[in-house]
Amino acid sequence: MLAALTAFAITSAARLLTGARALWLGSTAQATQRLYYANHSSHGDFVLLWASLPPELRKRTRPVAGADYWQKPGVRSFLINKVFNGVLVDRERKEGANPLQAMLDALDGGDSLIIFPEGTRNLGDEPLLPFKSGLYHLAQARPDVELVPVWIANLNRVMPKGRALPLPLLCTLSFGAALEAIEGEGKDAFLERARNALLALAPEEA
Amino acid sequence: MDNNTLLLFAGIGALLLLASLVGFVLKRRSGDQPNPVIDNLNARINAWWVMVLVIGIAFLFGNNGVILLFYFVSFYALREFMTLTPTRRSDYPALVAAFYFALPMQYLLIAFGWYGLFAIFIPVYLFLLLPILASLGGDTTRYLERAAKVQWGLMIAVYCISSVPALLTLDIPGYEGRNLLLIAWLIIVVQLSDVLQYVCGKLAGKHKIAPNLSPSKTVEGFVGGVALATLIGAMLCWITPFAFWQAALFALLVCILGFAGGLVMSAIKRDRGVKDWGHMIEGHGGMLDRLDSVCFAAPVFFHMVRYWWA
Repeated sequence: MLAALTAFAITSAARLLTGARALWLGSTAQATQRLYYANHSSHGDFVLLWASLPPELRKRTRPVAGADYWQKPGVRSFLINKVFNGVLVDRERKEGANPLQAMLDALDGGDSLIIFPEGTRNLGDEPLLPFKSGLYHLAQARPDVELVPVWIANLNRVMPKGRALPLPLLCTLSFGAALEAIEGEGKDAFLERARNALLALAPEEA
Repeated sequence: MDNNTLLLFAGIGALLLLASLVGFVLKRRSGDQPNPVIDNLNARINAWWVMVLVIGIAFLFGNNGVILLFYFVSFYALREFMTLTPTRRSDYPALVAAFYFALPMQYLLIAFGWYGLFAIFIPVYLFLLLPILASLGGDTTRYLERAAKVQWGLMIAVYCISSVPALLTLDIPGYEGRNLLLIAWLIIVVQLSDVLQYVCGKLAGKHKIAPNLSPSKTVEGFVGGVALATLIGAMLCWITPFAFWQAALFALLVCILGFAGGLVMSAIKRDRGVKDWGHMIEGHGGMLDRLDSVCFAAPVFFHMVRYWWA
């Protein structure tokens, strides 16, 4: 009950601040199992992507987040576990453990995931950082899951680094076409192709 | 609501009913093929029902209801404006001041009826405060341009739009307690002028006025729309403190200013490479697409009425 109310409050606030306008450009808003991968410039990214999904998709879509930041007892832990139903991953690599295991488990449970393949927030002037290899390994391990690029525009202006109070500015989320699988494609080529597909959704700076 | 207000809303309702009927017949006659012009017309008419309903509810709550309504209108307009004008990271303090200080303050001052301050709060105090805040970040890239953009956004989206509810603060002898009707008159005349220019332009438009700025504006649409809206404004003089000829002159003035406002705001859109300010009003675009004419008509109307009548 409290979690549902909190989820409603957060999605409403995200809409009031940013409009959270979703543009389905290459794919449609249907309940296919997907890996939504997006650019990452703000802590609010996954909240906005999650809020912009239709409710029936939102229920089965889980954001992937860093355990070091979110697994603190109290508000953060409540939010990520109960409200967003997030998948927590260790960003510190441990010996012997597969860092992707939590995500693979979630995919095997039938859920869709939201991931940020840049691995960290992009605070510089580059539009998009190079991708980490996690996206490639997930695509290799679960080839049936659609990979859908999502460009989140303007959120870095809403919540600039180190500022507590968000600004009300309109944000648009562009959902592109799912990546086609190419037989025998290497890791670097795949990551480059995935990155370009995401960059192609970015609006041109006037 | 008094009888005049009810009569006015009944008239608007009848007009919208007629518009919906025309839209329905056009849609039927065009058959099954999707026709973008007719579909857009029907989307616009449906949005008008919603807008009239929202304004009607605000009127039910009286002066404070209307002030609150325009507070939200300004908020959405400012959000559209600032979204489209690129600022940099060090503009954050100025933007915070614009959204969380200037906007609520302006509407509070209007609610208190403090004319001496709300008339100069943004043009003087914010004009000086914003560049001070913007300079604190130490970033000089496109500094003047950025400072000007934030100030411009506040002037258009907050100062100009707040001139509409500011009409409530005027004490017009012989017109006590009826200022809401003056707001209704202004909005009806300016918006009807837009609608009639659109209709006349679609029916008879041939010569473009400003093809670079706004390809849909034509000489025929402008003349027909302004003339008809002026006539209607004059005939509505019974809800205003004006005589027939005074209402006609005021209507002509706000229609021409409204047209000019449409051109100016189009120029900004073209410069930024977009067609609409936003997407919140189906068929119309954003809040500023619907209000560009009011932004330019309202402040001049407010100050002239205040000078001669209050």
